[in-house]
Amino acid sequence: MSVLRSDAPANIGLAGEQADAIVAESIDAPTKRAKGERFPWSRVIGPILVFLGVVVFWHWMHTNGMRAIFDKPGFLVPAPETVIHESFFDPIARTALLNGIKWTAFIALIGLVITILTGIVLAVFMAQTKVVENTVYPYLVTIQAIPILAIVPIIYSMFGGGEYPRVIVVIMISIFPIVTNTLFGLQSVDQGQHDLFTLRGANRWTRLWKLQFPAALPNIFTGFRISAGLAVIGAVVGEQFFRAGNKPGIGIVIESYRQKGIYPQVWGGLILAATLGIIVFLSFGWLSNAVVGHWYDPRRR
Amino acid sequence: MTNVQTRLTFDGRPVGAPALRFEGIEMVFPDGTHALRETTFDVCPGEFVTIVGPSGCGKSTLLRIASGLNPQTGGSLEVDRSRIGYVFQDATLLQWRTVQRNVELLAELEGMPKAERKRRADDAIATVGLRGSEDKYPKQLSGGMKMRASLARSLVLEPSVFLFDEPFAAVDEITRERLNDEVIALFQRSGFAGLFITHSITEAVFLSTRVLVMSARPGTIVGDFAIPFAYPRSPELRFDPDFAHLCGEVSHTLRGAHT
Repeated sequence: MSVLRSDAPANIGLAGEQADAIVAESIDAPTKRAKGERFPWSRVIGPILVFLGVVVFWHWMHTNGMRAIFDKPGFLVPAPETVIHESFFDPIARTALLNGIKWTAFIALIGLVITILTGIVLAVFMAQTKVVENTVYPYLVTIQAIPILAIVPIIYSMFGGGEYPRVIVVIMISIFPIVTNTLFGLQSVDQGQHDLFTLRGANRWTRLWKLQFPAALPNIFTGFRISAGLAVIGAVVGEQFFRAGNKPGIGIVIESYRQKGIYPQVWGGLILAATLGIIVFLSFGWLSNAVVGHWYDPRRR
Repeated sequence: MTNVQTRLTFDGRPVGAPALRFEGIEMVFPDGTHALRETTFDVCPGEFVTIVGPSGCGKSTLLRIASGLNPQTGGSLEVDRSRIGYVFQDATLLQWRTVQRNVELLAELEGMPKAERKRRADDAIATVGLRGSEDKYPKQLSGGMKMRASLARSLVLEPSVFLFDEPFAAVDEITRERLNDEVIALFQRSGFAGLFITHSITEAVFLSTRVLVMSARPGTIVGDFAIPFAYPRSPELRFDPDFAHLCGEVSHTLRGAHT
């Protein structure tokens, strides 16, 4: 399947998170239905059934499961209705959590913008000559290979606990997919199309701007989507260490609830963080569809 | 083998000075593949020359040499590259451009003023029968329509030398015959020097004023046939006994070239 093939480089050495994102790519945006066609119930019923199953299981974990399986108290996994009620209907908790997610989104967004800009510029340089590619690529792999949890304390010691170090963590965790997907897109332009530009004596800049860059757009958007999900994770992970600063993100809020042993809000915070990730993922999917959807044919390049 | 006495253009005049001339062309690729040896022939304005030959005999390499995409490793070449048209095996349309913008591409790369390239693109689109599809994207086009768009894109530069690299190999028989009619119409209208590569002997004889047969690799010209039928050529020509006879001769030479 060509979609999977075109995303292949993003998969190099990446953890399950990216792999999930790649699989999600192949599901693709919903196709428009012709008039009179039946509503695709199967797309809705499946997820709803799974959702109900998860809620029931969650509830059972609270009442019996934690004790029966792990021999741990049930309050560690509060019942779903308790989580919703105490996280989002209690004004104080709600304010704390929403402020947290706001700061996390803010950090993730700044990091993501920087990542996208530097990632694309880097990929463009790498696509120009093999020398640059061979020089830069090993270090990108290295950045990708460093366990982010291990380097966060070092970044904390060096830069303190403000916003900038958190942005650095976001960049480190999210830059690889942007660069690899963009680079792959720039390099996999059809040889015949290259010949066409060669015949007319097109220079490097023209070739990049009128051929390689537009051809790479679908791959670039795939990179955006994967990196965006990672950026949210990076922002939350960074916060676990950076308690200082006056902009406590959702990671800090979650951790402080956990230390106080107030578990409903911990789970509420998790739900919010996941929701942010999903919103970001869907937004980039929508953006991709809006920009390249009218011409891109995933079945062939 | 050859039946050529005097070379004539499509409208029956003796040919003039060649527009494209290969003289003892040799091609050895860096990996050692000897693609072409001692290849000599020329194509004059008003001539439509088609090369048939076994797969991998270096037919396409000739076009790449003529266009400058791959310089030859030996021999000499004379051609004016400023107005060269090149239709590839694939349509090679840019997926993100509409038909209109694809057809304008080459003129745009030449730096032609916007109004001028728009006018020429409109003409070319009308010529290949794509009126009404200007705003479609390649993914919305059939294989035949993509080849039409690809033809139109080359037409915009009003080529004096027109190279075709098996352009209709991937379309169905009916579409191919229709596209053949259109190539002939274009040829008659502008009288370019045409050099066409194909696997199909029928297509070769139907289109051309001359058919050249190439040997297996390293390729060289082993047959030269004048195709005397008058233009425009009607589809019924394909069922003419003389047509069949010529196809047979070409086929015979081609089989000899294979072994």
